[in-house]
Amino acid sequence: MSRESLLRVENVSKAFGGVLALSAVDLEVHAGDIVGIIGPNGSGKTTLVNAITGFIKVDHGRVSFKGREITNWKPHKIADMGLTRTFQVMRPYFSLPAFKNLIVPLFSRRARRTGGWRGGGKMGSRDTVAVDILEEIGFERDSYVPYKVASSLPTGYLKRLELARCLALRPELVICDEVFSGLSMSEMASMVPLIEKLQMEGITLIMVEHRLRELFRLANRVVVLNFGCKIAEGTAEEVMGHKEVKEAYFGSEEVLSYV
Amino acid sequence: MTMSVEKGDRRKERLDRGIKVRTDGVYAISSWIEITYLVLPRMALIVGLLALPLVLTHFPYWQRVVSIIGIYALLAIGFDFLANFVGLVSLGGGLYIGVGAYIAALLNSEFGLPTYVTVPAATVLGGALCTMILFPCLPLRGVYFAIVSLMYPLLAGRVIEALNIFGGTDGIIGLDGFSSGWVEQYLLIACVLVALFVLRRMVTEDVGLVFRGVKDNDQAVRASAINITTYKALGVFIAAALGCLGGACLAHIYMWAGISQFALDFSIIPIAATVVGGGGTLVGAVIGCVILVPISEVLRDFGTLRIAVYALILTGFIVFKSEGIMTYATRKYEQTERWVEI
Repeated sequence: MSRESLLRVENVSKAFGGVLALSAVDLEVHAGDIVGIIGPNGSGKTTLVNAITGFIKVDHGRVSFKGREITNWKPHKIADMGLTRTFQVMRPYFSLPAFKNLIVPLFSRRARRTGGWRGGGKMGSRDTVAVDILEEIGFERDSYVPYKVASSLPTGYLKRLELARCLALRPELVICDEVFSGLSMSEMASMVPLIEKLQMEGITLIMVEHRLRELFRLANRVVVLNFGCKIAEGTAEEVMGHKEVKEAYFGSEEVLSYV
Repeated sequence: MTMSVEKGDRRKERLDRGIKVRTDGVYAISSWIEITYLVLPRMALIVGLLALPLVLTHFPYWQRVVSIIGIYALLAIGFDFLANFVGLVSLGGGLYIGVGAYIAALLNSEFGLPTYVTVPAATVLGGALCTMILFPCLPLRGVYFAIVSLMYPLLAGRVIEALNIFGGTDGIIGLDGFSSGWVEQYLLIACVLVALFVLRRMVTEDVGLVFRGVKDNDQAVRASAINITTYKALGVFIAAALGCLGGACLAHIYMWAGISQFALDFSIIPIAATVVGGGGTLVGAVIGCVILVPISEVLRDFGTLRIAVYALILTGFIVFKSEGIMTYATRKYEQTERWVEI
């Protein structure tokens, strides 16, 4: 492939005691892509995200980002290079108003160097830039929502806040860990164009998802994990036609084969 | 629907209405009366603390107690800051006091440096030393950090005793005292007020939000390209430096530094004061000390029984007013209503 590869995961393995959570997983992400990662519960999706972003140390294999090896780097150093993530369990800074949540990433060295999303931090105060980002991501600027304490926000806004926290860093690659789960139909409907907008801004995305319909609309390429192994990779149609994928999701005809 | 407002009508309104309506915490002041509502309680604390030594002019024993209150207040401010804004529950108060006291004592007795050098030097060097000692424990959270930090003051005393260094069990004696009681008391009161002002300002600034982020969700801070260990270490340094400042003053007050300055009291009373005063307010910690330290002095005759009285006070507060005096008082003050012309 002629396009340069932004993230390269090679042969990564991770065991928790006797459980092999990831076994020799390979993944390549090109700049500008949206790559989906799917798989049944416990298939190692979040472990893979943690391994890429440095939140757990891998046993074998290597991860490189923008041509530099980042295997087992500290999370903050990886984020400083422009690779950041959302968390599946949303934990904003509950005691702070929504927009003040973004002060933390805007205070980082990376945001000060790059000016945050769209470089706005070089022009205005952090507070202004924070509200700008929130408005861009769907918090109505003139309402009270950006100023509400995070603990009182509904799930839809918290998911957006997680994304906003990543965007404040002016990232190159964002890994979204289940941004669609727990959203209502209408919240979902507005989240899809948002993701498309981020892609058009030049941000590469990896999306770990259970919501396949929305994911297949967005993703250029889908990777399927099961029991820590990559069992399929390709476009949405290719992947769903794959025999092992059907088995992973719906069980095999020889029921006992996975027991 | 036709309620007409006559000139001269009155209605009741909360004291903080004008302030709350605009936005919480942003002091957009419009009238002198609102400034008064904000400034009055703050001035009461400042003037009250500054007046204490004057009021007690004829009670030199109680003037000394004011100094001790100041030392505990510095520890308690540090504890409240670390626990409620950085998320580290530190029982290292004894370590900070001891390290501060010994550094000031060594600089004074070995190098003959005057108090106005030893106290600032002990503050900075002691803060750095305590941070280095606690650095390996920074990944620990909650009660685990508390346990480890409690170990160090106990350990330090035993090490000095066993190795017979720094004067061993006798301690370092014959240090310079402060030139007068006034210097001693006003130095400590000034330090407490400055620490309060600076820390209360800092926790609302952007850097303070990063500290609070570390407390609320350290993983999200790491994902935001910020090194949490740096900020935890900085937090510990601030709390430790405040404690060491108190320790250095303590050494010069008693003109002596010894093993008993690693005492457990310095680790425990700041927590009790923070609970009584109201955690997360910083001022509450000071108010807690102003209440608890004199009680502790009054109960001195009862010996170790005062621990039982302490326990009773603490239990009472936790059961009946777990939010603490300051949080309660702030709420009640702001809810106070006044008549306004409409």
